[in-house]
Amino acid sequence: MADPSTRNVPFALRKYSAEQLREALRKMLLIRKFEERAEDSYMRGLTHGTMHLSIGQEASAVGACMPLGDEDKITSTHRGHGHCIAKGADVARMFAEFFGKETGYCRGRGGSMHIADVSKGNLGANGIVGGGIPIAVGAALSAKRLGTGTVAVSFFGDGANNEGAFHESLNIAAVWRLPVVFFCENNQYGMSTSMARSTAVKSVAARAPGYAMPGTAVDGNDFSAVAEAMERAVGRARRGDGPSLVEAMTYRFRGHSRSDRNLYRTKQEIKQWTERDPISGMAEMLESHGVIGRREFDLISAAADQEIDAAVEFANASASPKPSEVACNVYAADPA
Amino acid sequence: MNPPLENGEGVREVSFAEAIREAMDIAMSEDERVLLIGEDIGVYGGAFQVTGDLVHKHGADRVVDAPISELGSAGVAVGAALTGLRPVLEFQFSDFAALAMEQIVNQAAKIRYMLGGAASVPVVMRLPTGSGTGAAAQHSQSLEAWLGHVPGLKVVQPSTPADAKGLMLAALDDPDPVMIFEHKLLYKMKGCVAPGRYVTPIGKAAVRREGRDLTIVASAIMVHKAMEAADALAESGADIEVIDLRTIRPIDSETVFKSVRKTSRLICVYEGVKTLGIGAEISAMVAESDVFDYLDAPIIRLGGAECPIPYSPALERAAVPQVDDIVDAAKGLLNGAA
Repeated sequence: MADPSTRNVPFALRKYSAEQLREALRKMLLIRKFEERAEDSYMRGLTHGTMHLSIGQEASAVGACMPLGDEDKITSTHRGHGHCIAKGADVARMFAEFFGKETGYCRGRGGSMHIADVSKGNLGANGIVGGGIPIAVGAALSAKRLGTGTVAVSFFGDGANNEGAFHESLNIAAVWRLPVVFFCENNQYGMSTSMARSTAVKSVAARAPGYAMPGTAVDGNDFSAVAEAMERAVGRARRGDGPSLVEAMTYRFRGHSRSDRNLYRTKQEIKQWTERDPISGMAEMLESHGVIGRREFDLISAAADQEIDAAVEFANASASPKPSEVACNVYAADPA
Repeated sequence: MNPPLENGEGVREVSFAEAIREAMDIAMSEDERVLLIGEDIGVYGGAFQVTGDLVHKHGADRVVDAPISELGSAGVAVGAALTGLRPVLEFQFSDFAALAMEQIVNQAAKIRYMLGGAASVPVVMRLPTGSGTGAAAQHSQSLEAWLGHVPGLKVVQPSTPADAKGLMLAALDDPDPVMIFEHKLLYKMKGCVAPGRYVTPIGKAAVRREGRDLTIVASAIMVHKAMEAADALAESGADIEVIDLRTIRPIDSETVFKSVRKTSRLICVYEGVKTLGIGAEISAMVAESDVFDYLDAPIIRLGGAECPIPYSPALERAAVPQVDDIVDAAKGLLNGAA
């Protein structure tokens, strides 16, 4: 039974140590600053290609990874910078990838949409909507067959909930009772098309009963609510009780990609969400419960700025891949 | 290890399907990480009885009946391969791989490259393929050239039971995704197969018959048709060399080049649609190389007709190259160039 005196204390404060909470805040800030700098780099012509920013979705990325260790696997999406950092990636190698450099996570072959960090269990972002969902189920099959005790979490957006891969994956995971959590970041729009215009049910979590698994929708801008739902779902998977679907209701403050002119969202709607900034919410929660003070927040923020500065410097100073190596690493036997 | 001699110790006559099963059985017995996934591959034994009784030996956790979800199953196989298992995914018909093309082409083939070499996808996919069973347009295609066009995949097409076993074991040893196209009309064909483990190297063609006058490059069932045609042509004095490609990605160009330098005449025979098919690639490779100078006659491609595979037996035969077509083409080439 919960102590009555802790009844109004958010889950995260009851569950995690001050150190864990400070680290979670640090990662949320690092994601925000990574993406702001990525956007700035793009504007200044330092990167080519497009990018998909998750600014506004930091609580969902970091909250979802709270129950995970390095051995647990995730599959991510085209909007995956946050997941990558939440799972422990080095922002210097991320920036290097972003700039197409040999020191990047993918040695400049993948770019923003394919950043992976296999050593930390991140099997990769994905340029195909829904592409990572069955791959996470496969990782869960490995975990079960090999008896590793690990789980897999598949990140995907609301847009993916109408892909066949989503439905096939949920069914297979349920039939085979696999240790996987389907984590939907519902930012309300698949590019420009809203949930209401694309999806026959009101929420993605409502799909779960069709696949005989628990489905929960939570406030995706509330770190504690996301972490609580994911602790429950990951715990269930780890115990061998099968898959779950968790839906984090959130919002991307920026457009879909660089070409987005935001013609499908109202200024008022954007304002309503930006007023519920997940990082401000996290800071307020930690400050109001005395976990950190304003000065400590500023220190964490300044350290994140420095980390980003150093990352960009590292990326800028790194070499580009050699054109003569364009066809390397297609097969294992190729020269590296 | 080299492919076994046909009269080696312990060699028996087994069918193509049994040879594949034997390879999977050996791999499963040696390596706990190997598991089979596919529709009706458990107690049913597979639509073509390739997995047969393996479920009784290795259990339903390792011979896994999948829901009819080709895309999902392919993705699961990719994810499992990425994280330590050695899955063999059986498509019931290669045509159904069209449902899974996303995972095959965008994921399996590209993950190693996209990740800068930081990950491997050692998945094996088995694709029963080809016409001749009266199953019509959606169960009879030859799609190997589609997948052969994708860097990152390896694509093999065994024509004999011995190679069916050796290529399956090679595929399971391979760190990259390997697509095995198995011609359905070959499943019951018997041939000499050595016991135990051996591999047929991926990327190596075989000269099935040596000859001086003309080279026929064929794959899968077309190898047998080419051999039959060569026998018929021998009666009129023509000495035909038959090359079994065995792998179409990567293609063993050296074996083809060596042969054409000797014979100066080339016919490519393949069941897939002629246009933009395997024969186009072989022809272009020869035309781009010094071997072009050795040619005494135009190259001929005999491929599938430019239409879906039809149902009526009369039409189905007409849709893919037959022995008579090969004989006629060879005669034309030999006479015309004489």
